[in-house]
Amino acid sequence: MSLRSPLGKVLGRGSAKEGVHHWWVQRLTSVALVPLTVWFVVSLLTLPSLDHVAVLSWMAHSWTALFLILFILVATWHSQLGVRVVVEDYIHGGAKTLTLVALTFIHAVLAAAGVFAVLKVAFGGAA
Amino acid sequence: MPQRPLSPHLGVYRMYRYSVLSSITNRMTGLGLSIGLVILVYWLMAVASGTAAYERALGVLSSPLFKLIYGVLFFTFSYHLVAGVRHLIWDTGHGLERAQSQRSAWLLGAVSVLLTIGFIYWAFCPGAHQS
Repeated sequence: MSLRSPLGKVLGRGSAKEGVHHWWVQRLTSVALVPLTVWFVVSLLTLPSLDHVAVLSWMAHSWTALFLILFILVATWHSQLGVRVVVEDYIHGGAKTLTLVALTFIHAVLAAAGVFAVLKVAFGGAA
Repeated sequence: MPQRPLSPHLGVYRMYRYSVLSSITNRMTGLGLSIGLVILVYWLMAVASGTAAYERALGVLSSPLFKLIYGVLFFTFSYHLVAGVRHLIWDTGHGLERAQSQRSAWLLGAVSVLLTIGFIYWAFCPGAHQS
């Protein structure tokens, strides 16, 4: 058993220099998501039809593809940050680490798949 | 760990207050939207996989179960959007007084329900495209 106090153990080690990073990125992504999500939902609702030809012609448009990619990246990032806090609050011990690793991987796959799909359509690979 | 006095915990808050409910609802709607992302990416991958694959996926995505899910997602989106803007306003230091946050909690509930009704009507009303 150590006689050093918990305070004594951490003094002198410096901060992790992360401070408000998580908090700040959560805010930054939420500000970006206000216009991006509204644009996406309204775009879907105003599509003339949801058949393949109509969706392709919408998604292959350069600006649509660009904003879709931004939307996917920012949304998965924001989701990852938010879900992480919930897990940290309610799951403890080894299960917490495992859950966080799994959720990080799932978010990475979602982001990569979404961007890949949009690029494939935008470059004419899905016609 | 030595026994130390604890800071005030959940027991000191009046949990039935709507402003507390609005906070946990923001979390739950956020989790719901994360699941919505999975559906979104499934749809995008289907679009990128050619007409036959897309028609198959659309068969799944336009089933009654998924229409119910879209209804729920319209609410989770509306709520999380308005609650998120409320949080951003709080971050500027405004609206944090107790009476103000009670009022904005009710406003949040009302606006998000109205938005949800609007979205559902827009998506499913006669004349709208088949979602």
